[in-house]
Amino acid sequence: MKAVKILERMLATIPIMFGVAIIVFFFIRLTPGDPVDIMLGRSAAATQREIEQLRQQFHLDEPLHVQLGYFLGDVLRGNLGYSYIRNKPVVELLTERLPATIEMTIGALLISLIIALPIGILSAVRQNSLLDRVSMAGAFLGISMPGFWLGIILILFFAVRLQVLPAQGRLSYDVHLQEITGMYVLDSLLTGNWRALEDSLKHLLLPSITLGAGVAAIIARVLRSSMLEVLRSDYIKLARAKGASEWGVVMKHALRNALIPTVTVVGLQVGVLLGGNMIVETVFSWPGLGRLVVDAIFNRDFPLIQGAVMIYAITFVLTNLVVDILYTYLNPKITL
Amino acid sequence: MTAQTPARPARGWDYTLRIRLRLWQRALAELGYELWQRPFVLMGGVIVALFILAALFADQITIHNPTRGTLLLRFEPPAWEAEGNWKYPFGTDDQGRDLLTRIIYGTRVSLAVGLLSVAISVIVGTALGALAGYYRGWLDEILSRFADLLLAFPFLIFAIGVMAFLGPGFVNLIMALAFKGWVEFFRLVRGEVLAERTKEYVDGARVSGQSNLAIIASEILPNVIQSVFVLGTLRLGYMIIMEASLSFLGLGIQPPTPAWGSMVSSGRDYLLTAWWVSTFPGLAILILVVAINVFGEGLRDILDPRLKIE
Repeated sequence: MKAVKILERMLATIPIMFGVAIIVFFFIRLTPGDPVDIMLGRSAAATQREIEQLRQQFHLDEPLHVQLGYFLGDVLRGNLGYSYIRNKPVVELLTERLPATIEMTIGALLISLIIALPIGILSAVRQNSLLDRVSMAGAFLGISMPGFWLGIILILFFAVRLQVLPAQGRLSYDVHLQEITGMYVLDSLLTGNWRALEDSLKHLLLPSITLGAGVAAIIARVLRSSMLEVLRSDYIKLARAKGASEWGVVMKHALRNALIPTVTVVGLQVGVLLGGNMIVETVFSWPGLGRLVVDAIFNRDFPLIQGAVMIYAITFVLTNLVVDILYTYLNPKITL
Repeated sequence: MTAQTPARPARGWDYTLRIRLRLWQRALAELGYELWQRPFVLMGGVIVALFILAALFADQITIHNPTRGTLLLRFEPPAWEAEGNWKYPFGTDDQGRDLLTRIIYGTRVSLAVGLLSVAISVIVGTALGALAGYYRGWLDEILSRFADLLLAFPFLIFAIGVMAFLGPGFVNLIMALAFKGWVEFFRLVRGEVLAERTKEYVDGARVSGQSNLAIIASEILPNVIQSVFVLGTLRLGYMIIMEASLSFLGLGIQPPTPAWGSMVSSGRDYLLTAWWVSTFPGLAILILVVAINVFGEGLRDILDPRLKIE
């Protein structure tokens, strides 16, 4: 039955994706003015005929629901429109930039887990100890800190003062790397280019910390509180009474159950990571999706913005789908 | 506390009102006592109050012009540095404007955008949530589906998308934030009203002939409002960070109006020579948001511990 439920859950995301596309379609209506003028940009000196052509090409001479129909049809075929500013299909532009963003997101997720897991577990086991208090105060700061500011403080300290880490970009100018996947750390491993590996890891470190800090704070807090709850339950007392070692009780019996709510939270935090990308990529001049969108906004490149927002939302929906499915495996009690 | 007992037991609206007032008074006194027991929470509240005062009286407590500076005085370092000057305690920015003055004026933007966007989210979310939870049916179905849809967008991405099309500006900023912000309040209130509507006191009110809207407004909502208030406080800090993030990206409040986010952004070009331009506005955001969150979480622990499950 589990397979059926999972399939049902997957099918349920389809109307959500359609809804996302519809909302994004209406974004252009928020702008005061004629969409064609906007698409051609302020600089373009378009003739009347070109304007009419464009109007027809985008079905702007037809009623709204017909326009919506065309839009959704295009989206289904994987056509997210054309960027007039950059003279390229939107999909192409997005896929070019995707690897850089994925690399940073993975880096951030890894760093947040490396920070949050031990802190969450230890603060629960040693509740009210100095370690617990200090790390929970730290987590509180992490939640309340604007990501762009943390990035700048890290640059000031590690790049300007200590000069041990680079402040921007993905690779130093004098380091060369053959691109395969577009994720530089992976590429340098694949090509055995150790110099590029060291350099790309150095470039990746500060952005990942900046992006991951807030998420780490939230994961640590949730893990701590669910660990505390689990550690009070009867089966833990039983495990202790049977004489299991403290390490075994915590890591084997308690952690598995405490991870269940944590996984949900990690899934929801992916949304924060995606949104944070735009900020962190701006701070560190990281040539990824977020940077592309921010540039697109200032160029008034609307098809590109629409496409990117849609990609972000769909990624978020799919991540939550994966988390939900993962959840059923972690917790046999839950059926979707 | 000088409410007098009425000479004759008048059971009109003024009587119920007086009872309500007494109940609120008692609740406030209890809250005050609980706050007194929690010094950190109280301190958070005091810091927030100080920021509010700074925003209200920005013209009185500053001596410099927040938007016009003297280019000769650009990049004066903070007062405690070697070449610092106590006339400019946190130094000056790239246009020779006093940083502290701009930070104090920037409090206005952060608090106004934060408070207004939370207020609109609360009003819209509570009203729609109460209607959906009480009447259910097609209205609930439509609103809930729409709320689910909005949840499919990460908050910042949605706000950035909307701002990209609306264009920057104070009103647009609040609209963009509230457009997604109401969803959480909608879900909270809808759930609570769903649970409340089957209780006996609601049946009683219905039997006594009150209209549905009167039941929602005067019977059910007073029982829900505490949770809404707590959630509103917790969301305020988040909205302030969102506003700062949008202004940082150049999509929010436009220069020369001082906003913390855009101030941090403008200092980015001078990190090598003038570290203070970016650092202090960001520190202001951090302090205000920490204070709001400490206060909000304290309030939650006192008023509504159930909300603690994240």
